[in-house]
Amino acid sequence: MTGDHQTLALLLFSTFVAVTLAITTWVGRHRHGSAEEFYAGGRLFSPMENGFAISGDYMSAASFLGISGLIALYGYDGMLYSVGFLVAWLVVLFLVAELVRNCGRFTLADVVAARMRERPVRIAAGTSSVTVSVLYLVAQMVGAGSLVALLLGGTSEAARTWTVIGVGALMVIYVSLGGMRATTWIQIVKAVLLLGGTVTLTTLVLVRFHGDVDRLLRTAAERSGHGDAFLAPGLAYGGDWVSRFDFISLGLALVLGTAGLPHILSRFYTVPTARAARRSVVWSIGLIGGFYLMTIVLGFGAAALVGSDAVRASNAAGNTAVPLLALDLGGGAQSTGGTVLFAVVAAVAFATILAVVAGITLASSASVAHDLYASLRRRRSEPRSEVAVARVAAVGIGAVAIGLGLLARDLNVAFLVGLAFAVAASANLPVLLYSLFWRGFTTRGAVWAVYGGLVPSVVLVLLSPVVSGSPQSLFPGLDFQYFPLQNPGLVSIPLGFLAGWLGTATSPEVPDEARHAETEVRSLTGAGAV
Amino acid sequence: MQSSNDRPRGAGGGPESAAGHRAAPGRGHVETAPGPRYAEPRHEDLRYDDPWYDALASGWGESAGPGAPEPAVPAMRREPAAEPSRAAADVYLEVQRSAAFREVRSRYRGFVVPAVAAFFLWYVAYVVAATTAPALMARPVAGAVNVAMVAGLGQFLTTFLLTWAYTRHARLRRDRAALELRWDTQELTRGARGGAS
Repeated sequence: MTGDHQTLALLLFSTFVAVTLAITTWVGRHRHGSAEEFYAGGRLFSPMENGFAISGDYMSAASFLGISGLIALYGYDGMLYSVGFLVAWLVVLFLVAELVRNCGRFTLADVVAARMRERPVRIAAGTSSVTVSVLYLVAQMVGAGSLVALLLGGTSEAARTWTVIGVGALMVIYVSLGGMRATTWIQIVKAVLLLGGTVTLTTLVLVRFHGDVDRLLRTAAERSGHGDAFLAPGLAYGGDWVSRFDFISLGLALVLGTAGLPHILSRFYTVPTARAARRSVVWSIGLIGGFYLMTIVLGFGAAALVGSDAVRASNAAGNTAVPLLALDLGGGAQSTGGTVLFAVVAAVAFATILAVVAGITLASSASVAHDLYASLRRRRSEPRSEVAVARVAAVGIGAVAIGLGLLARDLNVAFLVGLAFAVAASANLPVLLYSLFWRGFTTRGAVWAVYGGLVPSVVLVLLSPVVSGSPQSLFPGLDFQYFPLQNPGLVSIPLGFLAGWLGTATSPEVPDEARHAETEVRSLTGAGAV
Repeated sequence: MQSSNDRPRGAGGGPESAAGHRAAPGRGHVETAPGPRYAEPRHEDLRYDDPWYDALASGWGESAGPGAPEPAVPAMRREPAAEPSRAAADVYLEVQRSAAFREVRSRYRGFVVPAVAAFFLWYVAYVVAATTAPALMARPVAGAVNVAMVAGLGQFLTTFLLTWAYTRHARLRRDRAALELRWDTQELTRGARGGAS
């Protein structure tokens, strides 16, 4: 990477930072400091704005760089990811978005706690939300670090460290000063940038092949060195049965995890009604679906134009496929076009990471302040003080994420994201669905459902080959690997549902008919919704 | 536009049309706000036009047609706030048992349960086939396109189609009845609370 690339990319990125900081201060001007304002942006966003913000929250750098990189390396098997990421939105649309908007106020725990004894349920749901958020956050920080290393050439340790710290500090500023309103606008700006960049590159790829998709696929298969096998499943996950089950496990986690991600759930509270929440999801399904279709073109385009070997030589995980493709599409490394496109792609990827990080930090600070702090301190807290706690929590979570991001910088980003989805699907989804749809669900069932999903998923990861027992593990020297799969979803998601059922079945508590009626009526009609 | 729900409207409903429906007065009315129920039309729904929504609302979506009028949701409305001493909890129980609410709930579940089962099975079948039967998935269909490619793009297509079907179903068969239940329920709870305090 030459100096031109870096200068231009850094310039573009600084512009993005300046613009977003301006948005933050501009939004912060009229701050009232109410919880409504801080967590939900006053609930006055339109479905279209929220749809863009949701897709901004969801389309992380892992999907932009990661999925197209996987397609460039493994062909069809990379495409399986994008299918899972999209189909997951049907779960959100059908079962979660409207009902959650109607029943809750700020967090996942609001929905569950409405029917149950509040304190234990809030502590459980708050804990699992924070766990999921921190895992997801670490993935994004690690991604930011590797992106900078790529951009600045060389793998300067100091540069990576400072990037992680810088990203963390920026997100704390966005969140604690601007709250949900600033975060939402940052997501919208980022989603527009990301979609604009993707549309441009996709168009250029298709123009290069004169719109002939068949020729694009054939060239990709040819230059990948795998021939027709490149266009069929099996290159990455076709080996032994362990890797096949691993993929099924990942697929399950992707589809069920989205509906349990705290930063996605909190987005539904930024619109005025459940119908607006539904329309925002429709917008985001359109945007996300289009985006993933384009990443497929970009992945095969990178294989066809750059070549799988060149991609692998630049980054073994394939994360640099899209920047390399941009360089090629612009006219090569020495041309102005190549330099500009490369810089744009790098800056967009940065912006993506920064925005996603801000969204997650906000959601987890809401969980800390609204759920954990409010239940652990028994005295009644004023809304004003809750927001103050949330601001402090954002700083604390930022510090934790910076620390973990520095520690985990050698872990694979896609793996961390898959893990966050698995924990969300195991710990958050069962309790959410049970409390919305099961008449006999009790407090013990709710608490067991959360911990029954959270603990197995985390423990299984600790016992998996990710942590020990293989050369690629976190601790290659140790061996306490007892669980063969990298992704725990296949086991831990059923366990979460089972634990919720078991807790309810063994509970002496009689389910409260009236409060179930209230949840059901409110969730389907919106009566009494804030 | 054919009104798909032809029972007489209660107070505050107003003439129904695609636009009138979208800008239903009182939408987003906050329970705690003082004053009469339909006093303040909110502007958000007027201000933002959502092309997805308009496209769906104006064209071929309006199924029921003149020949097959939508079965009306039975009214659950009674004399509002008849017994002011009733607790709010009882109001929700009463609403839950009302025929109107049961109809809304069964319409929601009648769509969502089969739809979730269908797309989930289709997705699991796709993932399992991709991991266990690569030979089948590699069978060519046309040119470089093989079964796997068709199935993958089919997942995208079914997702978009189900999204469209769900919003259409909700808009035509659920929204209006749910909105009325919402106002009625809020009226009843306000009566209950007013009596209690």
